[in-house]
Amino acid sequence: MTETLSQLSTVFIYVAMGFYAAAFIAFALDLARRGARATAEEAAVVPSAVARRAEVAQPVGATAARMSASGGGAEAPPATPPSSALGRLSSRISTRLEDDVMNGAASSASIKWAFGLTIVGWGFHLIATVLRGIAADRVPWANMWEFSMTGTLVIVGVFLVANLKWDIKYLGTFIIGLVLVLQGIALLRYYVPVVPLQPALQSYWLVIHIIVAVLGTAFFALGFALSGLQLLQYRRERQVEESRPQQFKFLATLPSAVALENLAYRINIVGFIAWTFTLIAGAIWAEKAWGRYWGWDTKEVWTFIIWVIYAGYIHARATRGWRGSRSAWLAIIGFAAVLFNFGVVNVFFHGLHAYSGLGS
Amino acid sequence: MSRPSDHIDVAPPREDPDVVQPKLGPLGWLRWAWRQLTSMRTALFLLLLLAIAAVPGSLFPQRGADPNGVTKYFSDNPQLAPVLDKFQLFDVYTSFWFSAIYLLLFASLIGCIIPRTAHHFRALRARPPKTPVRLTRMSAFQARILPAELRADAPNPIESARQVLRRSRYRVSLYQDARSTSVSAERGYLRETGNLVFHIALLGVLVAVGIGGGFGYTGQKVVVVGQSFVNSLPSYNSFNPGRFFSDGSLEPFSIRVNSLDVAYETKNPNAKGTPLDYTAKVTTTGPGDTSSDSTIKVNEPLAIGGTNVYLLGNGYAPTITVRDPKGKVVFNDSVPFIAEDAQLTSLGWVKVPDGLREQVGMIGFFYPTVGKSATAAGALTSTFPGLNDPVLSLNVYAGDLGVDSGVPQSVYSLNTDKMSQLAGPGTKTKALQLKPGQTVELPSGLGTISMGDVKRYASLDVHHDPAQGWVLLFAILILGGLLTSLFVPRRRIWVKAVENPDGSLTLEYAGLARGEDPNLLAAVTAVADEHTALLTRTPTN
Repeated sequence: MTETLSQLSTVFIYVAMGFYAAAFIAFALDLARRGARATAEEAAVVPSAVARRAEVAQPVGATAARMSASGGGAEAPPATPPSSALGRLSSRISTRLEDDVMNGAASSASIKWAFGLTIVGWGFHLIATVLRGIAADRVPWANMWEFSMTGTLVIVGVFLVANLKWDIKYLGTFIIGLVLVLQGIALLRYYVPVVPLQPALQSYWLVIHIIVAVLGTAFFALGFALSGLQLLQYRRERQVEESRPQQFKFLATLPSAVALENLAYRINIVGFIAWTFTLIAGAIWAEKAWGRYWGWDTKEVWTFIIWVIYAGYIHARATRGWRGSRSAWLAIIGFAAVLFNFGVVNVFFHGLHAYSGLGS
Repeated sequence: MSRPSDHIDVAPPREDPDVVQPKLGPLGWLRWAWRQLTSMRTALFLLLLLAIAAVPGSLFPQRGADPNGVTKYFSDNPQLAPVLDKFQLFDVYTSFWFSAIYLLLFASLIGCIIPRTAHHFRALRARPPKTPVRLTRMSAFQARILPAELRADAPNPIESARQVLRRSRYRVSLYQDARSTSVSAERGYLRETGNLVFHIALLGVLVAVGIGGGFGYTGQKVVVVGQSFVNSLPSYNSFNPGRFFSDGSLEPFSIRVNSLDVAYETKNPNAKGTPLDYTAKVTTTGPGDTSSDSTIKVNEPLAIGGTNVYLLGNGYAPTITVRDPKGKVVFNDSVPFIAEDAQLTSLGWVKVPDGLREQVGMIGFFYPTVGKSATAAGALTSTFPGLNDPVLSLNVYAGDLGVDSGVPQSVYSLNTDKMSQLAGPGTKTKALQLKPGQTVELPSGLGTISMGDVKRYASLDVHHDPAQGWVLLFAILILGGLLTSLFVPRRRIWVKAVENPDGSLTLEYAGLARGEDPNLLAAVTAVADEHTALLTRTPTN
């Protein structure tokens, strides 16, 4: 039974990866189309996205709204909403990071397909993970194979949910690409059959500590993609300013570097809080299982290093001369350390966190 | 705002090339150094340095986490290891350079939080600041006009703006100048409070960890089932006291291990022999005369007063009896063997200093379920950690054990320098092999050796850390402080009423964020909308 279910789980993983691969292609097509459209706009001497943004950024208070006695309203200029409740909502929408300024891009056919395929793939991915959990009769995150499965599931899940709040579908290529690479490595290198939990892992902290770590990783992954785009966008903005040729045309349809940076920051701090919690929960668990709450085990060391890097990132955001590209680099280094902590420290470093299940 | 001068919220210093810097005296230099240390840039630099400095501790084995790894590294790299050791690369986290970085970081932190705390206390009691003259300059700005015909019925605009802001939990203050009256409001003081709590709690963790390490201790003791352990210095196998440890902090208790139940996976072909459960049933006595039965499991340590007892290891202790040629018992003990692999192939040492013609030492392997080794021809190995087919194999040495020299010796080693091997590989006699209940002759007519029943032993870790609870408390404060400092928006909002010549009133709304605040414009708009609604509500008559 266990064997059948876990084989079924692996089959579903393959199905999910098929959908993700299709979604990846569709997301990439969308980027290409964005590039084409940006070039067309340029040719038609349509004001560039930067110019349009500048226009929208004009203070709305230049003309004041005239109040009228209609039970609490104001004759509003476009940016000032008519009624209070509706007004709050619409103003919130208008302050959403600029993406909706360039709304044309969000509704291209390929991105709709890409997003749909991602959702379907995620459904299969979820089934695969749940089946693995049922097969093992426990939470499906007790070895590298299961971490990878659950980790990528959460990364895609956070990406999907984040799209309810912000339109960041343009990150699809990066996120789905990353997930495909991670899950591909896992299939090749990390697969292990279902085995029971060793006594040190038999704790409810397994549920809490790992799932929060995985959540943190997912937010860091999104932040990483945004920070990467921010660097590219910053470069493009400079090229535009200096009237030099630009490489990645699709960037013209994306939010400005500053908007990307602000969003990356908001997402990374959620990851940082999850990571802080992971550290604390891990220490509490270590005290119970190993007899000390902190012992500089290799995995503890790297979790600490990642925490310090992201703490540095948050400080860099608040330091003059470091906001912008420099802090973005820190976020990228931070996520590289997260991947290193998972892919290298787990497998190749000696330590108490020897739970890869890969044998020695 | 009393932040470091290079904080993003602080206006950059004006560069004036004509100003000649005054020469700095010693005090001036000191102040300059302090300013550098407490600047954001230094804090950032030290943070990144700390991250880099922590890396080598994961590349080289550390004495604290992996002492055996260090020993092995020394024997594998006899040239390199002493050089690395000079740079304290086996004690990274207590090294002078790692300590220097984090101590500087914390000095920088203290230098930052003291003035900020003082400033925050003042801000908590002060009125919101005076309304700026030109609100249009603010990042979030809205304006509305209250026509003259509506003014008659409307309530006092400034008073109602004050109410709106009070309701949204702003602290408010009224200001008046020649042309206008205004409300100045501020909220989100909790953001700064959380930030300060976070940083102070970091300091708290450092101090609590230091105190706990200084006054606490850890000790290891191997207890064979049926035997007892008394919490006193001489009874430990190994003991690591903190710097300020005194014997008085050893709580007087004893633990008797009544049984150790171990379950192994037997069905799953991929996990045969994987341990599923370790449960030690113990009887504790003291402090005082109280005595009680309890269990210790891997994730469920036993707390006795402020001391915790953990079950961190286990193994087998075969009972071995050695008799002289006349049949007189000269040695009888259950000897703990140390597990070498997951199937509990175990290594042990037996020393018989007295009673035989010569001193005898034995190095032995114990196989709980004996089988042929797949890697080495002719060698034995254990194929399952349970006691299915136990076999003990012993190499025998005779000569001088070195126990009479007065130098304390580990029971987990045997110095064979002054001994000659009598049985085992390299000699004519094969290693002795025994199963429970069997007796065989020792070589050279020294006597006989018998194997009795095989008991289990529990390896107990005893840990006392008086500051552990404080560390947890500060950790929770860190998390709480972080949440409030990152998610509570701190913002100022001003509402200004300006008289127009035509009798109408221009109401200006402006907001200023302090720190990250993506919803500032929405908040200002919401205040303006609510205020408008209040002013234009048709009176019920």
